[in-house]
Amino acid sequence: MSFGTPSVTTVLGAEDIQRAVTRIAHEVVERSKGAADLVLLGIPTRGVPLAQRLAERLAAIDPAFDPATAVGELDVTMYRDDLHRNPTRALGVTHLPAAGIDGKIVVLVDDVLYSGRTIRAALDAISGLGRPRAVRLACLVDRGHRELPIRPDFVGKNLPTSTSERVQVRLTEVDGGADSVSIRGRADDAGRDGAEQ
Amino acid sequence: MKHLLAAHDLSLDEAILILDTASQMAATQSREIKKLPTLRGRTVVNLFFEDSTRTRISFETAAKRLSADVINFSAKGSSVSKGESLKDTALTLHAMGADAVVVRHWASGAPYQLAHAGWLDAAVLNAGDGTHAHPTQALLDAFTIRRHLVGRRGGRRGGRHGGAGGDGVGADLKGLRIAIVGDVLHSRVARSNVRLLHTLGAEVTLVAPPTLLPIGIEAWPCATSYDLDETLARWHPDAVMMLRVQRERMSGGAGAFFPSPLEYARRYGLDQRRLALLPEHAIVLHPGPMNRGLEISAAAADSPRSVIVEQVANGVAVRMAALYLLLAGGSSAEGTL
Repeated sequence: MSFGTPSVTTVLGAEDIQRAVTRIAHEVVERSKGAADLVLLGIPTRGVPLAQRLAERLAAIDPAFDPATAVGELDVTMYRDDLHRNPTRALGVTHLPAAGIDGKIVVLVDDVLYSGRTIRAALDAISGLGRPRAVRLACLVDRGHRELPIRPDFVGKNLPTSTSERVQVRLTEVDGGADSVSIRGRADDAGRDGAEQ
Repeated sequence: MKHLLAAHDLSLDEAILILDTASQMAATQSREIKKLPTLRGRTVVNLFFEDSTRTRISFETAAKRLSADVINFSAKGSSVSKGESLKDTALTLHAMGADAVVVRHWASGAPYQLAHAGWLDAAVLNAGDGTHAHPTQALLDAFTIRRHLVGRRGGRRGGRHGGAGGDGVGADLKGLRIAIVGDVLHSRVARSNVRLLHTLGAEVTLVAPPTLLPIGIEAWPCATSYDLDETLARWHPDAVMMLRVQRERMSGGAGAFFPSPLEYARRYGLDQRRLALLPEHAIVLHPGPMNRGLEISAAAADSPRSVIVEQVANGVAVRMAALYLLLAGGSSAEGTL
């Protein structure tokens, strides 16, 4: 361990992320008894490519699922409760499948689940867009420290963290380079490299 | 940026940020539930010292769609008609806890005074001051032009990510030619448009009778012409913006600036014949309210190329964007726009 420089621990590599997304796809199909009526909504920035990847896996599992008509993006910026506390955020794109979300099973897709406030905002955003039959939540990493009564339905990896640490997800589509999930600022990272689920 | 006072204060990045934010706002306005909770608990005061229909209603709609509380104040029927000064009005608004003041005033510079005199700590949005500036009008004109002329040029949808309808998100107006025709002298819309369109990279030609071009126009970043037919036929503008002949500002009656309304309409009015001179993709704008039969004929105003009604709808989206960018962030957000 070095002093002075923040430590970085890679928790998931590209293949781990690939396997996690494939497993989540199977769980989504199992839970919904098929892929009919599913709509995946990615939360920008990194939820969007994750939703796209999840859709490709779903199409491989159930050929009736069409990624082109069942994937969208949901920007939650205007529904956040912390707008006053931060500098103004640029708005993202909201793009729903043409058929809308009424009566569908919406799966929200995000990279890291932390306080739960983003998901609270997403639930509000959804209620302004339509009335889905059910809303489910898939995230690549659940790092704990929830501040609201929200829990994920599908998790890539549960990652116990302290609030002083930062979880960084890097995806090829957004960041370039290889996919990875890493923790920065971990006080004790000895022996945790290459941790398996 | 804490205030929106004039179009020339905006840098290229700031202008594009406002236009991009506006296209996301416009996308929310096609939903069944148009209201967003973003500015809940914020108070927006519409302070209008001059008559206005569409700007006031547009700001009011924008603020309400973002869940802000709106207080409308017009000089008529208020203490201003009893002689209250701008300062005392401002102090009253400050005491009431206004977060933003949208001000229209007959005096050029009144919004600047309101923003910088220390009477108020609210964000000030200029909704038109005298013959100085009308930045939200220029922004909505630029937004409308970009949506029609850049959004289509760049392909209908920029892949999956053109969620807002491929209206040229992120683009400037480089290379577009815009003719602004009519009463430039009295027009704050023309002034703001020249500056903003120049910032965005478009070329502008002002077309007006010599009496309706202001002194010192050589310093403006645009060309001028006295001949509308020649400009339309030779310069091939992508958009033509007709300005209202502001008869209420012409103290000597219309006769002081041009011989007769009919002669003005003949030489500078947009009619069916001049419409046919325009390139096929060209659009027609007008900031409203229109004097049908004077600067624009009914046929031109109602033609499929006219985007005048759409300008009104875009005005709401642009004003939502301005209110969002000025009000949504915390106090630490100053300087970030």
